[in-house]
Amino acid sequence: MNVIEVKNLHKRYKDHVAVEDVSFEVRAGEIFGILGPNGAGKTTTVECVSGLRVPDGGTLRVAGIDPVQDRDGLRRVLGVQLQSSALPEKIKVWEALDLYASFYQDPADWPELLERVGLGAKRDAMFGKLSGGQRQRLSVALALVGKPRIAVLDELTTGLDPQARRDTWELVEQVRDSGVTIVLVTHFMEEAERLCDRIALIDSGRVAAIDSPAGLVARVGGEQKVRFRPSAPVADSVLTSLPEVKEISRTGDQVVVTGIGNLAPAVTLALAEQRIVPNDLRIEQATLDDAFLALTGRKLA
Amino acid sequence: MKKILLVETKLLARDWLGVALSLALPVGLLLVLGQIPDLQKPDPNLGGQRFVDAQLPAQMILLALLTTAFTILPGAMATYREQGVLRRMSTTPTHPARLLGAQLLLNLIIALCSAVVVILAGWLVFGSQIPGQLFGFLLAYLLGAAAMLALGLVIAAIAPNSKTAPGIGSVAMFPLLFVAGMWIPREIMPDTLRTISDFSVVGPFVNAMRDTWAGDWPQLPHLAVMVGGLVLFSGLAVRLFKWE
Repeated sequence: MNVIEVKNLHKRYKDHVAVEDVSFEVRAGEIFGILGPNGAGKTTTVECVSGLRVPDGGTLRVAGIDPVQDRDGLRRVLGVQLQSSALPEKIKVWEALDLYASFYQDPADWPELLERVGLGAKRDAMFGKLSGGQRQRLSVALALVGKPRIAVLDELTTGLDPQARRDTWELVEQVRDSGVTIVLVTHFMEEAERLCDRIALIDSGRVAAIDSPAGLVARVGGEQKVRFRPSAPVADSVLTSLPEVKEISRTGDQVVVTGIGNLAPAVTLALAEQRIVPNDLRIEQATLDDAFLALTGRKLA
Repeated sequence: MKKILLVETKLLARDWLGVALSLALPVGLLLVLGQIPDLQKPDPNLGGQRFVDAQLPAQMILLALLTTAFTILPGAMATYREQGVLRRMSTTPTHPARLLGAQLLLNLIIALCSAVVVILAGWLVFGSQIPGQLFGFLLAYLLGAAAMLALGLVIAAIAPNSKTAPGIGSVAMFPLLFVAGMWIPREIMPDTLRTISDFSVVGPFVNAMRDTWAGDWPQLPHLAVMVGGLVLFSGLAVRLFKWE
């Protein structure tokens, strides 16, 4: 079942077109990623979905609701965490949640929500004193306080340190497990790969591709590289005879094997037959970055 | 709405310095200026009243009002816009206009408190009267306050950011205080200046204050100019105000 349907969305501002033509569907219960470089039109797209901007063209349905026609209805089913929106510096964590809970007819139990996002100990802290990660957790809590069916999370982990980022990812997965459909806007390839069930790659206001992370990577051919230092000299022919191997190159005592399919097991097995151990074995697979590059001719970051 | 008001009150209390200043400055000035012996003598220019009787308190009430309307309110609203507080709120079923409403109400309360303190201080220290026509006073006060708060919102709308908003407000304050008669009482103003004063909203505001002080009802032209100001400024505020 689709909870969000976007068809031929078009949005222009005074001097430029932000979204040229974007269509996608989000299924109930999934984490749907909108991935693309800065300025690709990601935020404008979700702002239209969230009813914050009126599109210039196309149709939108969120849980069957037209965001332009029924803003109030939309706000009851959709929770939003926005990029570049904050709270007053001196509002306390509990006050913010209590206040935002009061905006909804049937709000979540916010003290429980506070514990869930791991801010129980920060109840009485002021917003201005929170770390970046804590602010994002509060922001997620605020997006969830209205018990939405869908949560839009825009650039959730931008500016966070790696630990805070990983903690936030866990939180997002928890939220999905609680039954909330999530639209995740990001320009981090790693984040999209880790969290998303499906991803829309957006570039210059258009959808370049929609697929699962693995599906997107497979589109670029699924080429892999295996690097290792053999424990004894190994002849090229040992490896080139394997159907998975396409190419071999050497730098110093390091061997780099390029190929497709089950490359790593095939290589290690062949080496084992020669009683050679592949030391410092590393497997490099194509990433979403590579997929993005191949699909749009442009680097993601 | 009750909760927004409560939270905004707490936030304002946490930034108490600005509020304390707007409360303390007018009454402080009243007490200092009131010590000048000449201002305690009956003045024929003021129809035999002493300067401290109505002229000075009325000016201080205006000062208190302009301080909150032109610096605290625009500062708060510009900050909220800049930090995305209003934008965040517009993703919920509530409208950010409620936040605006809460801010207006709070600033009105602060200005009103300040006015009460000024009146009481004048009464206790200089034996000035309290406004004789209390209903007329309240009517004129609320009308003038609404017009000035609306103008404060216009300042909040045109200020590029939260740093400049209170600055623009302060700069706008001085000409208004001048035409209201802060430094030259209206009675001895040149004709042109007095005409400007008559249409400046703050001039009629101070005049209406003084009339009600003396026990009279505010004059209709004064009220009319204030209503006109309120309509104009609130119209402008609605047109210009940006939520983000």
